[in-house]
Amino acid sequence: MRSTRAVDISTGSFVLLGFAALFFLATQITNRELSVGGNSYDVEAQFENIGSLKVGAAVSMAGVTVGRVESIAYDQELYKAVVHMRINSLFDRLPKDSDASIMTAGLLGGQYVGITAGGSEDYLKSGDRIEFVQDALILEVLINQLVANLGGSKDEPASKDDQSSTTEAGK
Amino acid sequence: MSLVGELTDGLRGFVTAVGSVTVFLGRILGQTPRAFARPGLIIDQIYNAGALSLIIIMICGLFVGLVLALQSYQLLERFGSEDALGTGAALALLKELGPVVTALLFAGRAGTALASEIGLMRATDQLTAMEMMAVDPIRRVVTPRFIGGVVAMPLLAMIFIAIGIFGAAFEGVQLLSVDSASFWSQMRSAVDVKDVMEGLIKGCVFGAACSLIAVYEGFNAIPTAEGVGRATTRTVVISAVLTLILDYMLTAVMLATRS
Repeated sequence: MRSTRAVDISTGSFVLLGFAALFFLATQITNRELSVGGNSYDVEAQFENIGSLKVGAAVSMAGVTVGRVESIAYDQELYKAVVHMRINSLFDRLPKDSDASIMTAGLLGGQYVGITAGGSEDYLKSGDRIEFVQDALILEVLINQLVANLGGSKDEPASKDDQSSTTEAGK
Repeated sequence: MSLVGELTDGLRGFVTAVGSVTVFLGRILGQTPRAFARPGLIIDQIYNAGALSLIIIMICGLFVGLVLALQSYQLLERFGSEDALGTGAALALLKELGPVVTALLFAGRAGTALASEIGLMRATDQLTAMEMMAVDPIRRVVTPRFIGGVVAMPLLAMIFIAIGIFGAAFEGVQLLSVDSASFWSQMRSAVDVKDVMEGLIKGCVFGAACSLIAVYEGFNAIPTAEGVGRATTRTVVISAVLTLILDYMLTAVMLATRS
C-alpha cells in the first residue's frame, strides 16, 4: 500500500468531493433556495377551487417570487379551500385590497398564486385575509363553457361568459 | 431425484443462505463500535472502496448523463417540451440511474476486490492465523471493509449524479441547444430535497447490501484458487440481482410513504 499520507490525502479529497456533490444536489438542484427565511408573515385566502395547487408553490407578484404556500386546508363551513401563504417580510407593502389568483406556469408547469396589487393605503399584516380571489381555471369547465357558448341558444342568460368568476370570499 | 425434491432442496439452501448472511451481518454490527476504535483501518477501506473507484464512477456518470439527455431529447422533442429535459434528467439520475448504476459499478470495482482479498486471506490461512493470535478477523478484517463500503457508496452515488447532471446539461444546452435558463430553472422548480434524500437512502442501502455480500462471500470462500474465483463471481452476480430487487422494493415503499 502507498504511504499513509497519500492514502489520507486521496481519501480526504474523495470524501470532500462526495459531500460537495451532495451539497450541490441539495441546494442547487432543488427549489428550496427561495424558501422563506425567518422574517416573514402569514396571510390567507379562500378559494372556491384551487385546481392542483400544492404546498410549497410560489406566491408571486409581477412574476417575482415573494413567498410560498404554507398549507392548504378545506373549510367545511364555507365549502372552500383555505390557502395559507408565508410572505417574505421584505415585501411588507401589499395593499389590503390586493387580488390573489391561481395561475399556471407554462403549459406543463405547476400552479402558483399570483398577487396583483390593489390601490389601498392599508397594507396586509400577519394573519390578514386577501378578500379578492380568483379561482383556478379548470380545463373541463372552460371547454364546457366554450361548447355551451358555441352551441347554446341565444335566449339563454349570458352568465357563462363571465369566466373570470371573481368572488368575494369573506362574506 | 424428483423435481419436488430438488425444489425443496433449492429452497432450503436459499433460506439457509439468507439466515447465515443475517447472522454474519449481526456479527459485523456487534463489532462495529469496537472497529471505530481504530479509525485508520476504516480510512484505508474508504480509500480502497471509494477513492480508487472515483475515476470509473466519474467517467460513467458523465456518459450516462450525456446519453440520457440525448435520448430524452428525442422523446421530448415530439411533444415540443424540450425545456423539461433538465427535470427529466435530474429526476431519473437522482431516483434510479444514479444509485443503481453506481451500485452495479461498485459491485464490479470494489465488491470483487473485497471478496477476492478476503478470500485469499482465507485460502492462505491468514484468517486462521489471526484467530490463533486471538485477533478476531471479523473485527480486524471484515468490519472495517464493510463500514468503508457503506460510507463510500452513497458518496460515490452523489458524485455520479452530480457529474451526470452536468453531462446532461452539456449535451442538452451546448449540443442540442436547449435554453440554458429553462433547463436549470425547470429542474429547480420540479426537484425537491426529498428526491435527493431518496437517492441518498438508496445509495446507503445498496452500499450496505453490496459490501455485505462481498465480505460474506470472501469470508466463506472455499480456500482454493478456484473457490476464491467462484466467490468473486458470485459477489458480482448476487450484488447486481440484489441491487435491482432492493431498488424495486425501496421505490415501492418510498412512493407509498411519500404523500
